[in-house]
Amino acid sequence: MSDEKKLFKVTIDNITIDVEPGTTILHAARQIGGDVTPPAMCYYSKLKGSGGKCRTCLVEVAAGSTADPRPMPKLVASCRTNVMDGMIVKNITSERVQDARAGVVEFLLLNHPLDCPICDQAGECHLQDLGYEHGKEGTRYEFKRRTFEKEDIGPYIQLHMTRCILCYRCTYVADQLTENRVHGVLDRGDHAEISTYISKAIDNEFSGNMIDVCPVGALTDKTFRFKNRVWFTKPVEAHRDCDKCCGKVTLWQRGDEVLRVTARKDQWGEVESYEGKTGWICNTCRFDKKSVKDWVIEGPSKVNRHSVISQGHYVGVSQPKETMPEVMGGRAPKLLMDIHDVSGVNTVNISALPGPATSKNYTKNEQ
Amino acid sequence: MQLTNRAKPVDRQPMTFLESLYLWNILKGMLITFSHLFKRKATIKYPEQKRSFSKVFRGLHVLNRDAEGRENCTACGLCAVACPAEAITMEAAERLPGEEHLYREEKYAVKYEINMLRCIFCGLCEEACPKDAIYLSQTFAPANYGRKGFIYSKDELLIPHPVNDKEAYQKALGEKASSN
Repeated sequence: MSDEKKLFKVTIDNITIDVEPGTTILHAARQIGGDVTPPAMCYYSKLKGSGGKCRTCLVEVAAGSTADPRPMPKLVASCRTNVMDGMIVKNITSERVQDARAGVVEFLLLNHPLDCPICDQAGECHLQDLGYEHGKEGTRYEFKRRTFEKEDIGPYIQLHMTRCILCYRCTYVADQLTENRVHGVLDRGDHAEISTYISKAIDNEFSGNMIDVCPVGALTDKTFRFKNRVWFTKPVEAHRDCDKCCGKVTLWQRGDEVLRVTARKDQWGEVESYEGKTGWICNTCRFDKKSVKDWVIEGPSKVNRHSVISQGHYVGVSQPKETMPEVMGGRAPKLLMDIHDVSGVNTVNISALPGPATSKNYTKNEQ
Repeated sequence: MQLTNRAKPVDRQPMTFLESLYLWNILKGMLITFSHLFKRKATIKYPEQKRSFSKVFRGLHVLNRDAEGRENCTACGLCAVACPAEAITMEAAERLPGEEHLYREEKYAVKYEINMLRCIFCGLCEEACPKDAIYLSQTFAPANYGRKGFIYSKDELLIPHPVNDKEAYQKALGEKASSN
């Protein structure tokens, strides 16, 4: 009996679950799933040492454990607090937590430019989701927002420091996935910023994963920059034989064009794991294989129906039978106007461009 | 079976001579016609005279510029995603250094197209726009001989430049300018 592990009983929002000792409150809540899971901006279960910075996952501990049932005096960061046997945690049932979270969102948005109409992350941004759920309508901040010029870090990654919430996820990626990290957080306090040391370009085979772990639009794919909005593209699961990475990706397509390649994300917005290994993808897969021929298509990815990305993506539908050619003796009906002949859009093959389209790609009378 | 009490039996008596002349009935009809000469006309002489639209009328789309004449649209795609008729398409491009006087944000719509054949003038694009870039004006799409003419591109939709072409700009603003 002694080798059988003793499980801890935790109650989160009146739902009791048995978890292994050493589990954090956040992980216990994720095992329950649904609304009781606290949001996490900086914590990333696949990156060692992440978490404890953004404070969005704060929860109230109403009773510490069976042995010591006193409540914890302050709200605790659930990503860094381990569960104890008999712990009672309140997340959505606690008004204190909801109030604190609204405050945290306000802090995160203090210096955020709110340029979602421009930002490529819009539609899959965790800060957007968080603000939608917990944010207030207006800001009470009266001072000038901290601004930075946009920066190119490497040929593939665009850094918008203004949008950064300093979650440190990208530095952990560089530390844990690549051999030498050349970027980090410079300065401190209000002046803290992510940058490369003397603007050194990041050229590492796995540097592209920084884009996937970034919860906001601070690090974005330059090969996808301004090409299309996320909700107009179609996510498709695909794989290829890659000698560097697992090769399992999501292709973001428009028609047959591959506009963007990302790693597959799980329900928590983190990169999926396969057989215990995290499915990070290499830069070759991410940036260079922008053709359907390079990939074996598995099928459309599952998109949460509450996500804007599910807009216009219909699943489980069958195409109705076309009766017109049948009754017209095999002839297709004559179109009075084919929009593709008239439309001025799509004259430039944007997916073939290495970066965002600019006025140089369009002739004067086309603009 | 009687359904209502208003049913009247039809009089099938043959008409008298006076009745068969229809004089009285013709006179009655002419009186009605004559009385209309003195009533208010229901029509106007259209191209010369124009009726004013309601303040909430939703007509032809206009792409807005700010006071300095920079285009407001950032090609965020919210109008296109809100459009129930899927009439709007656009293509985005990055603003280059030196183009700051043309476009307000670092991304702009290099192509913007509205298919007026599909558009149902519901105004959801105006509601969705976070940049105040598109609004529905108080005119309607003019008639055209071909279908091709109803695919409105950006140069047809953009409001005239407020600094370089002040008069046309004020005209394009129309009644919305006075109400604001």
